[in-house]
Amino acid sequence: MINYIIRRILYAIPILIGVNLLTFALFFVVNTPDNMARIHLGVKHVTPEAIAKWKHERGYDKPLMWNGAAQGAKQVSDTIFFEKSVGMFAFDFGRSDEGRDIAHDIKTRMWPSLAIALPVFMVGLAINITFAMLMAFFRATYIDFSGVVLCVAMMSISGLFYIIGGQYLVSKLLHLTPISGFDAGSNALKFIILPVVIGVIGGIGSGARWYRTIFLEETGRDYVRTARAKGLSELSVLFSHVLKNAMIPILTGAVVVIPLLFMGSLISESFFGIPGLGSYTIDAINAQDFAIVRAMVFLGSVLYIIGLILTDISYTLVDPRIRLE
Amino acid sequence: MRFLPLIAVLPVFLAACGAPPWNSPYPVADEGGNIAYSSFSERPKHLDPAQSYSSNEITFTGQIYEPPLQYHYLKRPYTLIPLGAAELPKPLFLDAQGQPLPADSAPENIAFSVYEIHIKPGVRYQPHPAFARDEQGRYLYHDLKPEDLAKVYQLADFPQTGTRELEAADYVNQIKRLAHPKLNSPIFGMMAEYIVGLKEYSKVLNDAQKTMPPGAWLDLTRYPLAGVEVVDRHTYRVKLKGKYPQFLYWLAMPFFAPVPPEADRFYGQAGMAEKNLTLDWYPIGTGPYMLTVNDPNRRMVLERNPNFHGETYPTEGEPNDAAAGLLNDAGKPLPFIDKAVYSLEKESIPYWNKFLQGYYDASGISSDSFDQAVRVATQGEANVTDTMKEKGIRLQTTVTATNYYYGFNMLDPVVGGLSEQAKKLRQAVSIAIDYEEFISIFANGRGIPAQGPIPPGIFGAHEGEQGINPNIYDWVAGKPKRKSLEYAKKLLAEAGYPGGRDEKTGKPLMLYLDITATGPDDKARLDWIRKQFQAVDLQLVVRNTDYNRFQDKIRKGNAQIFHWGWNADYPDPENFLFLLYGPNARVKGEGENSANYDNPEFNRLFERMKNMDNGPERQKIIDDMLLVARQDAPWIWGFHPKQYSLFHAWYRNVKPNLMANNGLKYVRIDADLRAKKQREWNEPMLWPLGLLAVGLVAGLVPAVAAYRRKERQAAR
Repeated sequence: MINYIIRRILYAIPILIGVNLLTFALFFVVNTPDNMARIHLGVKHVTPEAIAKWKHERGYDKPLMWNGAAQGAKQVSDTIFFEKSVGMFAFDFGRSDEGRDIAHDIKTRMWPSLAIALPVFMVGLAINITFAMLMAFFRATYIDFSGVVLCVAMMSISGLFYIIGGQYLVSKLLHLTPISGFDAGSNALKFIILPVVIGVIGGIGSGARWYRTIFLEETGRDYVRTARAKGLSELSVLFSHVLKNAMIPILTGAVVVIPLLFMGSLISESFFGIPGLGSYTIDAINAQDFAIVRAMVFLGSVLYIIGLILTDISYTLVDPRIRLE
Repeated sequence: MRFLPLIAVLPVFLAACGAPPWNSPYPVADEGGNIAYSSFSERPKHLDPAQSYSSNEITFTGQIYEPPLQYHYLKRPYTLIPLGAAELPKPLFLDAQGQPLPADSAPENIAFSVYEIHIKPGVRYQPHPAFARDEQGRYLYHDLKPEDLAKVYQLADFPQTGTRELEAADYVNQIKRLAHPKLNSPIFGMMAEYIVGLKEYSKVLNDAQKTMPPGAWLDLTRYPLAGVEVVDRHTYRVKLKGKYPQFLYWLAMPFFAPVPPEADRFYGQAGMAEKNLTLDWYPIGTGPYMLTVNDPNRRMVLERNPNFHGETYPTEGEPNDAAAGLLNDAGKPLPFIDKAVYSLEKESIPYWNKFLQGYYDASGISSDSFDQAVRVATQGEANVTDTMKEKGIRLQTTVTATNYYYGFNMLDPVVGGLSEQAKKLRQAVSIAIDYEEFISIFANGRGIPAQGPIPPGIFGAHEGEQGINPNIYDWVAGKPKRKSLEYAKKLLAEAGYPGGRDEKTGKPLMLYLDITATGPDDKARLDWIRKQFQAVDLQLVVRNTDYNRFQDKIRKGNAQIFHWGWNADYPDPENFLFLLYGPNARVKGEGENSANYDNPEFNRLFERMKNMDNGPERQKIIDDMLLVARQDAPWIWGFHPKQYSLFHAWYRNVKPNLMANNGLKYVRIDADLRAKKQREWNEPMLWPLGLLAVGLVAGLVPAVAAYRRKERQAAR
């Protein structure tokens, strides 16, 4: 398995270079270093000298990817792409174009994101699986039918509606939790409840329906019939046998997102005033801060690759027949 | 189930104990505190006074830094009064040989203006580690090593702080900082045109920087600046080229606030910037407040500066101010509020709801909430709705010193130029765009159509009939009436486009509007503007583009008609009319004249007017300039937005002041009233939760029954 993981990590390097290249190309197709300087320097009284100085200080006055004026290796290394990319492979994200320490920003902002995303993920998973089991248990009855209708209805409602509706109902009408905001330590609890509840409810429709399909597929298999024939109770059949065998598809969807929970959610954090990473990339794109954009895209790619590796590893844990070679 | 009655009475019990409401977003310890609550939607980029320019930054820097002058809080028209300075400085005019000239000398004879500024003695800086000294008087934190900074993440991690008296040299240091090669001050280019030696000083600092190791501290005290000198401990002198009376307005902005060299020394140490410990993040000022929490991803907190030198509430204002209760605190020491908490609030819906719950003291009004908040009487007078009135919410409106307009690119072969035909075409389009309708539909009536580039309330603008643009409006029944579309069509015909067609080619005239429309509301706006052009048989092609391309087009002069805006720096007509001054043209001079308007007569008048003192002679020249500009119509003059603000009953001493940015110190909060209202408006309601629980249990009963039935069923 160790060899497998090392091989996957080595495969990741060209993928990350490719992602970096693509981010770089897309960013600079839309924005030029002059545009970036203007955005950062403000809209009033921006002189060409100030723009030139801004670019020089941040190394944006160099050629994008190929320095024809340089000699030897410098033709590649003395470029914006090389200088801005190479440090990231050592996880040195450097400073934003405004001068802020990106690593510090990420470290500070990932905890509030996690504070919301982790409970939403855990509680959501538990509720979705339970609800899906319930529907599978009562399949082809009015409970199953009502559950599916409810799931489809919940899937069809926009996430924004859950947020605004939830804020209106829980905070504005019932006055139970703050509408938005955040605080440190245990004081954060009252701010987290509402976004977590809304996050969980918002995910029930699609999650429960997906798991119901998996469980129904499993309940039609021979081993379930055998278990029933042995006289096991339905609950025992579902939780001891069906759930265990349905773990592979569940893990495929679930484990891969675990590392990405750090990245937060843009809309949810924006409406609930959560100081997480959700809006960090979008704010950077709007502010044309390439340093942050490249760092966040790189980090997202790394986390996704980690998620895929973790998924592969988790298969071996739930299914002893699987070997990673 | 036996606990249900207890749960039901819990909120009442907690309220009786004086506990804050459950939905309060603030810590329990702050309940009933003398604290102002506000918000910000975007993180301030700069808090260094050499760089800070945006209004969302000045919200903070205005309370922390004290430039030499400030605007009187209550008086109108806007009046400058001393702040850091002991009195208003009067310029001494010199000729080219350095000989003094009389105060009424003609501007063209004045080679230099010298402002000698005396500052108030005894003013002290806020407590700050940059001033902390040991018993021998040596600075504690000016020679930090990397290991000293290992456990430092914020300014509060330095255990010791100190202070010292403000000196004239600190003001001089800040003027030097405008030329600092690493700061990129937005006003450096402009100030270098006026302050003697500033341009050369920038080169000196650049050269000095190049010889230093990377990251080393540039000690500005070692490099004298020719046009700025310290006279004595409490006096400094600024020498300007020519006459520039608007300099006094600049002296009321944080750009000219004092920054002690200790700040540069402290923050300039290796390892500080990597930890975000910079003046841009943690300001050092002498003002009534100091920034104690800077977490712009969540909240920013200003707290009373314990070393504040003291200032008193104004004792005079406008005639109605006393009746409005704005002089109730006359002569009392400032500031009134102990702390101001600004929370990040990116979305308008949560912000508005929290304002209604009493968790924010003041609010603007978004279009979505307008009908809920404001009722416009048939006479056009705006007032709060009954719901707002019941809550004690008050409304204040004021016309801003802002212009939103459509500009014609005067370099464009179709709409540009100063020919009679081109003027008539632009005038016809200006008549066709019905701004009264625009304001009514898209701004909920919050604005007034512009009659020229100068907003009302600024010297140079006239009230009533004298103030209207006679090319677009007639004065009918005591108010301006837009000229008819028939008249616009007649102008079009005279311009060579009868029926909207080029009389030479017979082809319909196609005009192009460049715009950056991204929001969902923009479609309706664009449809509306197309309709306005169609009303005079013109076809408009909207070229929607991203911000970068749009800026490029404007810079290169490739746009034909474009949408633009301007927010005044200071209340002087020069700050509006320079937007039409030829040498400031965007294409030729990289200036702020985006329309590239260049009329020699207007330019000549502007050069005479810009350095004059306000008076009948200046007014006459401005009238002549407006006549020329209105005739040429380089802009569709657009409108001046009206600012609508709502305030809770506990928020007092509020008077809109578009120029002053240090208004927090005048505001008073009735914290007890606020706490009472917050509890009253936010009593928790628990019975729906009980109902939900009962519903869930009731739903489970048949499920459990079905399960049991299924379990008992025999296999089939």
